[in-house]
Amino acid sequence: MNNRLYGNLIFELSKEGRKGYSLPKNNFGAYEIPASMKRAEEAQLPECDELTVVRHYTNLSNNNFGVDTGFYPLGSCTMKYNPKINEEMAAQPQFQNLHPQQPADTTKGALALVTLLEKSLCELTGLAHFTFKPYAGAHGELTGLMTIDNYHRSRGDKARKKVIVPDSAHGTNPASAAVCGLEIIEVKSLANGQVDLADLERLVELEGSSISAMMMTNPNTLGLFETRIPEIAKLIHECGGLMYYDGANLNPMLGACRPGDMGFDVMHINLHKTFSTPHGGGGPGAGPVGVREGLQEFFPVVSPYFGNFGVMMRAYAYILSLGREHVKEVGPLAVLNANYIKESLKDVYELPIDTVCCHEFVFDGLKDKSTGVTTMDVAKRLLDYGYHAPTIYFPLLFHESLMIEPTENESKETLDGFIAVMRQIAEEAKTNPDEVKSAPHTTPIGRVDDVLAAKHPVVTYRQLKAEA
Amino acid sequence: MAQFKEGLLYSESHEYIRVEGEFGYIGISDYAQHALGNVVYVDMPDVDDEVTAGEEFGAVESVKAASDLISPVSGTVVEVNEALENEPELLNKDAFANWIIKVQLSDSSELDNLMDAKAYEAFCENA
Repeated sequence: MNNRLYGNLIFELSKEGRKGYSLPKNNFGAYEIPASMKRAEEAQLPECDELTVVRHYTNLSNNNFGVDTGFYPLGSCTMKYNPKINEEMAAQPQFQNLHPQQPADTTKGALALVTLLEKSLCELTGLAHFTFKPYAGAHGELTGLMTIDNYHRSRGDKARKKVIVPDSAHGTNPASAAVCGLEIIEVKSLANGQVDLADLERLVELEGSSISAMMMTNPNTLGLFETRIPEIAKLIHECGGLMYYDGANLNPMLGACRPGDMGFDVMHINLHKTFSTPHGGGGPGAGPVGVREGLQEFFPVVSPYFGNFGVMMRAYAYILSLGREHVKEVGPLAVLNANYIKESLKDVYELPIDTVCCHEFVFDGLKDKSTGVTTMDVAKRLLDYGYHAPTIYFPLLFHESLMIEPTENESKETLDGFIAVMRQIAEEAKTNPDEVKSAPHTTPIGRVDDVLAAKHPVVTYRQLKAEA
Repeated sequence: MAQFKEGLLYSESHEYIRVEGEFGYIGISDYAQHALGNVVYVDMPDVDDEVTAGEEFGAVESVKAASDLISPVSGTVVEVNEALENEPELLNKDAFANWIIKVQLSDSSELDNLMDAKAYEAFCENA
């Protein structure tokens, strides 16, 4: 916080009776709100002048860390830079001021954009149709699974209620399947991180007629390319199931290969990951769902509107600004950057699966475990050096997971700076472990007590006052 | 370092069972509590619930991860360790003293599928 005063909670800055507005004299007489509609007690709102409010929130926003502030290597999330041209395009008033209830003959430009974006995504993924209604990746997963469920039921095949997910899957996969009323079966991974085909064969033999779909991410959660997709797809298709592609890790595939060509039938795309639209805490996102020819009639109605149009505009601006030629460089550059960091650090950080990775990779903590410095400590120490921490303790396959995804946007100088700091932290772990274990030291708030936060969260001012 | 207590049986998903006659006390191993880190919540079944060998009967949540509890045996829950509701950290203090559920076993032959302390220690070393 730049200034302690404005860094206080807005409630603490409140002075009774202070206002940031003045209303004109009431010339219309009083209107008594019916008692049944009145709240029992006064709303406890902070009372501040406008300038205090502005300073408070401006100071607060200065504490934010985003991809526009610095390097943000958050594995599994593809925190890629959102080019400003996307914002310029989406801010055009002709589009920005559209209303969802506007007559269709006045929105033809917007509808054309949706169609053009659909065509682009079809070309990039090898699928035939997309729906843009889902508002987030997880919403897309649910929509995709509902599509598959509708398809099975349309054939009178009502017994297909089981979904196979790899044990390395994103947590949203089993969660979406459960919300869709489906049962989850886990297929094991081999030591090399890929799906265990023998275990899958066993499951298919055992459950074949009840399998609805198999959900996969490729590259998988370890950032490794699943090389056996054709065999996996064959097994699933032969037993009557469909293949679902979780588009969370689509980024490294851009321009290199297409889920539709590999045998996937249904997929979602996180536009906010691969197509450079803003990440929001659950929104504003978009999780369009693509299907192979023939499945589009089974799309469920998950929203009355066309979806998150501003996000679609940004994604389309991104695709057009790269063009067919340069979109092909996204995947290879993302892969190159990830491998460069991995190779530069694997002598000091534990690399459990030492192979060429795709867009991201996972370390299992520091190589030298004798110092007692954990992945959590390394992540906290990175904050002191001005980097956003990578994803930690995920995936669960390792105890000290540290998952790094640099994306294609970063320069060699940025990557070298990050590598140098990661090496320095590894050195500090040996020479000055307490400094690392008590990090961060330079952030507005130091090491937080996550046990207390999880067990006894204080999230409102009222609670805070009651505690005091 | 993690303790591997003798006299208990262990599963590959890191639960232990201490068998006393027709009853078994089920908890998570010391190795598991080390791996999980600070436990902040334990989701337990109710008394009289049925549990099935190899299937989930609850979950343990730590600051790092939420992890399903997989029952090593089939049977009926006759008691749950209510102390864990308010003090889930007891699992970190002593995972073996603080069992999670007490089960009446329905098929004691299932115990043959579990590991003894030595086998489990070797299993963890290779994990």
